[in-house]
Amino acid sequence: MSNSLNGMPTIVSHDVDVRAHDENGRPRHMGFFTDTSICIGCKACEVACKEWNDVPDDGLNFLGKSYDNTGSLGASTWRHVAFIEQTKPLPMAGAQDAGAMRWLMSSDVCKHCAHAACLDVCPTGALTRTEFGTVFVQPDVCNGCGYCVPACPFGVIDRREGDGRAWKCTMCYDRQRIDMEPACAQACPTKSIQYGEIGELRRRADERVQTLHDRGVAQAHLYGRDPEDGVGGFGAFFLLLDEPEVYGLPPDPVVTTRDLGEMWSVAAAAALAMVAGVAAAFLRSR
Amino acid sequence: MTAVEEPAQRRGGRRGRGGRGEVSLVPEMAPTSYYGQPVIKHPIWTPEIGIYFFTGGLAGGSAMLAAAARAQGNDVLARRALLTSLASLAVSPPLLIKDLGRPERFYNMLRVFKVTSPMSVGSWVLTGIGGAVGVASACEVLGILPRVKRVAEVGGALLGPPLATYTAVLLADTAVPAWHEARYELPFVFAGSALASAGAAACVLTPPQCARMARALTVGGAALELAGVEAMQRRVPTEVGEPYRSGTPGKFGRAARALTGTGALTVALAGRRRRPAVLGGLAVLAGAMCERWAVFTAGRASAAEPRYTVEPQRRRVEQRQRQSADSRTPPPQPAAVKAATDTKS
Repeated sequence: MSNSLNGMPTIVSHDVDVRAHDENGRPRHMGFFTDTSICIGCKACEVACKEWNDVPDDGLNFLGKSYDNTGSLGASTWRHVAFIEQTKPLPMAGAQDAGAMRWLMSSDVCKHCAHAACLDVCPTGALTRTEFGTVFVQPDVCNGCGYCVPACPFGVIDRREGDGRAWKCTMCYDRQRIDMEPACAQACPTKSIQYGEIGELRRRADERVQTLHDRGVAQAHLYGRDPEDGVGGFGAFFLLLDEPEVYGLPPDPVVTTRDLGEMWSVAAAAALAMVAGVAAAFLRSR
Repeated sequence: MTAVEEPAQRRGGRRGRGGRGEVSLVPEMAPTSYYGQPVIKHPIWTPEIGIYFFTGGLAGGSAMLAAAARAQGNDVLARRALLTSLASLAVSPPLLIKDLGRPERFYNMLRVFKVTSPMSVGSWVLTGIGGAVGVASACEVLGILPRVKRVAEVGGALLGPPLATYTAVLLADTAVPAWHEARYELPFVFAGSALASAGAAACVLTPPQCARMARALTVGGAALELAGVEAMQRRVPTEVGEPYRSGTPGKFGRAARALTGTGALTVALAGRRRRPAVLGGLAVLAGAMCERWAVFTAGRASAAEPRYTVEPQRRRVEQRQRQSADSRTPPPQPAAVKAATDTKS
């Protein structure tokens, strides 16, 4: 991979090309690959996200859920590090103590679905698809109708108290536009969060899974990598070491609007039933 | 690869104690979610939205009844139904706007038209029927422009069914299991409920000798509503449909069926007696409101409980894994998942 563009130095880190534009200045489809097998739970991503995006605090709470005092993604939490304590041996060869505990950590984020329910149901057009293939809420358009909130199959987007608008991860759209990588990825000290062109990330993720399988970590699998899944693949996908629901993720998410044609047809049939009902009442009372 | 034989223990640590007998201070993980937290977000819509489902249905049904009564030459019934529609339409936008996080931006609802957004479609329908019924009502009250009134009334009647049914699609078009899985029946429940409430409101407001069509509509609408609810109870999977049967939504659902059923029966038997028609009509109206409230609150209960979201999805995944195992050509990724989930070995 070239580290220069026409001889100019470019910003490259994590040895993935983080420029959101190609050599001709055309936008590329960008994404996140979050490799949870090397997450150390430092929460640098949460902090960097808040700092860069001016996201307000969402309560300084002690939740008593391992090291997680953030809870879940929301209007004011765009990266959330989950901590899962399990009485399971570590997945490496030689770690066979049945009473051992393992600790899973995972930095969750908006999935930037290829078929995004939030975007589909938004009545104002505030939610849009950016030139980088991500899903973005335009704060100057959103009127806080709240439809995107129950539409998201992952429970990512939410309306901010006091502000009234819906907010979520923008994949640092402002940084993408000037070929910088998002704040969370830049802050991640272990390369658990990788940012780059989506095809390149998928190739790296496949290699990583193979490496882990070769090392005996058979549970390692990719979540959201498949463009054929219920949401058309995630723009931000994950390598997980247990089933998705353990991390609070739905095991088989489906974009609700996949069934919308069918739903409109049923509504049309119900509307015709109303017409028939009125006609019947009309004839009965003549 | 053989170094990862899992103990016979699935998803999430279920043992409270570690190997050395220490007590864990961290709560045990529920097997199907992260600390028992919901997977999807709580629908944040305020009670105003539940009330709007009722007023929207009443407005749509009444606009249809008005046009039908006019076609029959029953001006007494037409006037009352038209004004009922107007009154319901007048309260609807304030209810909707009050729910917005940024009410001053309500006009952004008409910034675009998107068929993928039932709320966008509904905003346009509501605007259209509001205009039509508004014009027709003005002509009616002022006694002017009879032809304009006719056209506006027909326009209102045509937009009535979309207004009454789009709200069901609005709910079904979410990730909330109790709403999405009821997508085949909810529009019929809402349609029947809308007709019943339009008929019932006219029964309450109209002299019985002019309300024959209203009585027939009440009974027919109530029958459609109850049939829709029954079909929903039968078809929606037991687990996902649980919120409709238990707790607050269950109570409202039972109240709705009792009120709608007895109300419709009373109206049917009332004939030309005013008092039973009024009482029956009020019961049907209360039943329609309870039904909407039951559906509205069932969605909240459904979203709050992670297993309603996770378990049907988990079964789909397992079914696919079985199928791919049967075909003996497992793709690499499901095979990895299979290895992680296989606990019987």
